[in-house]
Amino acid sequence: MPTVTMTVNERQVSGEVEGRTLLVQFLREHLNLTGTHVGCDTSQCGACVVHLNGDSVKSCTILAVQANGGKVTTIEGLASGDALHPMQEAFHEHHGLQCGFCTPGMVMSAVDLLSKNAKPSEKEIREWLEGNICRCTGYHNIVNAISHAAQQGDAA
Amino acid sequence: MPDGSVGQAVKRREDRRFLTGKGRYVDDIHRPGELTAVFVRSPHAHATVKSVHIDAAMASPGVIDVFVGADMEQDSIGSLPCGWTVTDRHGEPHKSPPHFPLVRDKARYVGDHIAVVLAETLEQARDGAELVEVDYDELPANVEIVKAVGGPPLHEEAPDNLCYDWVLGDEAAVDEAFAKAHHITKLDLVNNRLIPNPMEPRAAIAEYDGGLDSYTLWSTSQNPHLLRLILSAFVTGIPETKLRIIAPDIGGGFGSKIYCYAEETVCLWASKRVGRPVRWTSDRSESFLADAHGRDHVTHVELAMNETGEFIGLKVATRANMGAYLSSFASSIPTYFYATLLAGQYRTPAIFCNVKAVFTNTAPVDAYRGAGRSEATYPLERIVEVAARELGMDPAEIRRKNFIRPDQFPYNTPVALTYDIGNYEASLDEAMRMINYRGFSGRKAESQARGKLRGIGFSAYIEACGIAPSSVVGSLGAGVGMWETAQVRFNATGTVSVLTGSHAHGQGHETTFSQIVSDTLGVPMENVEIVHGDTGQIPMAMGTYGSRSLAVGGSAIMRACGKIIDKGKKIAAHLLEASVEDIEFKDGNFTVAGTDRSKSMAEVAFTAYVPHNYPEDLEPGLDETAFYDPLNFTYPAGTHICEVEIDPETGVTEILDWVAVDDFGKVINPLIVEGQVHGGVAQGVGQAMLEHGIYDSGSGQLLTGSYMDYCMPRADDLPSFKVGMIETACAHNPLGVKGCGEVGAIAAPPALINAITDALGIMHLEMPATPEKVWRLAQTAAAE
Ligand code: FES
Ligand code: FES
Repeated sequence: MPTVTMTVNERQVSGEVEGRTLLVQFLREHLNLTGTHVGCDTSQCGACVVHLNGDSVKSCTILAVQANGGKVTTIEGLASGDALHPMQEAFHEHHGLQCGFCTPGMVMSAVDLLSKNAKPSEKEIREWLEGNICRCTGYHNIVNAISHAAQQGDAA
Repeated sequence: MPDGSVGQAVKRREDRRFLTGKGRYVDDIHRPGELTAVFVRSPHAHATVKSVHIDAAMASPGVIDVFVGADMEQDSIGSLPCGWTVTDRHGEPHKSPPHFPLVRDKARYVGDHIAVVLAETLEQARDGAELVEVDYDELPANVEIVKAVGGPPLHEEAPDNLCYDWVLGDEAAVDEAFAKAHHITKLDLVNNRLIPNPMEPRAAIAEYDGGLDSYTLWSTSQNPHLLRLILSAFVTGIPETKLRIIAPDIGGGFGSKIYCYAEETVCLWASKRVGRPVRWTSDRSESFLADAHGRDHVTHVELAMNETGEFIGLKVATRANMGAYLSSFASSIPTYFYATLLAGQYRTPAIFCNVKAVFTNTAPVDAYRGAGRSEATYPLERIVEVAARELGMDPAEIRRKNFIRPDQFPYNTPVALTYDIGNYEASLDEAMRMINYRGFSGRKAESQARGKLRGIGFSAYIEACGIAPSSVVGSLGAGVGMWETAQVRFNATGTVSVLTGSHAHGQGHETTFSQIVSDTLGVPMENVEIVHGDTGQIPMAMGTYGSRSLAVGGSAIMRACGKIIDKGKKIAAHLLEASVEDIEFKDGNFTVAGTDRSKSMAEVAFTAYVPHNYPEDLEPGLDETAFYDPLNFTYPAGTHICEVEIDPETGVTEILDWVAVDDFGKVINPLIVEGQVHGGVAQGVGQAMLEHGIYDSGSGQLLTGSYMDYCMPRADDLPSFKVGMIETACAHNPLGVKGCGEVGAIAAPPALINAITDALGIMHLEMPATPEKVWRLAQTAAAE
């Protein structure tokens, strides 16, 4: 079985995986980072979004071996100590989550959006979230939270 | 004293764990030595299972065991019951054929459960499942409601596929009204099948403890106690004392996680059989196939009016799809949660409804957000709209003319409900103001100048929630009571544990309930802990469905708080050497009336647990449990209005504006309530424009079995919403609350279809109004 090594949330990790092991399985099952979720089997819901080498990716569509040597950030790595990341803070402030299942993917995706487009319009936010499905919130407050985080200016 | 948080937009206490990835969902939990289960499902819609060959699977690496229906039969595992018996128009009980967790004779829908493979890992279980060979004899199948009666029979117990033929209302009175009608409007419509799709797929982990001869089941359930009751009393025979069910963080439910499902039942049973914990997590494809679906009605409706446009009679005939088996509450949804709502907000004096429920070779259908009430609101608010168009009346005015007036409450409808309170005109007026109804014609002209079609749609809905008075539902056939419990326990240090039967899976109970307790007992919110979702901790419960958590669960909490205060007064009276009658409780302090002598709640709680100086005849401790059985349903109501613009070139409908004005009674936390409205409307928009669970009529295959084919609402399908509220406090519960979780899904579909048909200048189109459908109609309209 291949061994993979990568940096996850600034910590060097390695593990033996099968060739078919997905990055999300590696994170959830080998590293017990269960904040990254699996909501579908067709790469459409975005519950599994993490950052790989600075870009948001769906960790259910990447094999663990493909992330070998990479730098991964998951939802667990976003806050610094007790201080929430501004995007997490914005979701809290504007009630951008209900059941919380889509939330890690939403937040990771939103952080990536602002790193690429610091001041997105409402339309741009909605289009960016095309790959993240939320069944609870109707997106209203998610969009609101991202807009406010963008206005605050430090949530990329 | 905390700042009086009830009514404030308090930020949610539960957010932090979800935002940092520390939510704890069932699939996040692992038990030592666990096996993973994978189900072998029927690829056929209807087939006799002749034999199942498991040898190759058993020999596959990592596979520990493979079970089929006969194995469960051997251990006397029963059928998954339907908990509500509907009595048909001839006084006979509905047909409730057996529904075994693993089939014993036939597969009755694509996805039906044939066998389970248990292996050391998921991959090994999957590989093993591939090797299970099943000999099927394919049978003719039917997936369509209209072809069910007389179609290929699914069950011996229901040879004509009819589950029941049921009626409500006074048929003679309705006939009389129709005979003297000035105008009759008729409409045929379909309420499209929906697949609920909470983002967290269902999951279960079962563990058997041989030493204690007891089981623990972690389940993605909205109501662990109810699940325990069903599993214990009807399915497995495991005593409730030996079965603990834990429903930790749950990623949305929308009704689909109310029921007792085959998979968790199999895991529970197998955990003893193999002596190791058994886990199962649905993948999304399985949830499409085997979660209970929603809606799926075919309806004919007729409305009779007098010369002035007053409604004098309503006649409804509906055929409702039950799917292949009766799910836990399936039978009640198109009857007592449907026909009883057909009065809506109107004074219609005579209503008659006939419902025929049928079996088809499709997944079971049960409650989905808005259940029954959404299916009732759709034909009603559609036919009112069509009637207005036929009579040349303004859609607002025809509604206003027929509204039940504020001075008519309590109001007895001709379909068995008593509305306690409401003010329908107030929400209509506010919604019209918010959307600037007067300016609509100008906006329409402006769209027209750009080659676009603009339409506006109203939906004046009512719903019945806060379910429900046990005696009422009992007389209608429910097999359970519908009370709720709460335990409020002070700890010696003054913190409070509140154990509630109302499970939360996104609704924010930890915040809302804390607000109530904090205000009522005068304890800071951070000292209040809300515990739910564990039969091992919460004394008893009925769980979360039908927007009942606050109205019923919250009322139970209020009642338990009341008992705490009563006992606290006795303790304080002793400490203050006063008589109990003279003690007043306010803002967390017990005070001797008219003096400044007082004891704080914290002092009283401490004394209760360290009773060195204590009333002789009083038990120590400050820990009270209450049951609350509601006196009536609650009746949230309101008006939603939406405005759409259609591009006739592409058929794309854009929602330009959405106004929701709802009456939820007292609002504890407007932030959370508005979020519930947004989410509900989004699901209603999904039904009206995007979502449709479709089975192939020939093969019985589910054609919409993934997010590629089943269109979930995305962020760019939806607008921002404008939420307004009016308030008439519920007259019969201590909080004055009604419930808010389902209204969006109830109000939205007719509002949108009314708007789209208005834009197109037509009377009706079936949901979902996809661009293709809209484009064709726009072309026809242009050609005329
Ligand atoms: S799990 Fe759905 S996109 Fe990855
Ligand atoms: S918060 Fe539940 S799916 Fe988004």
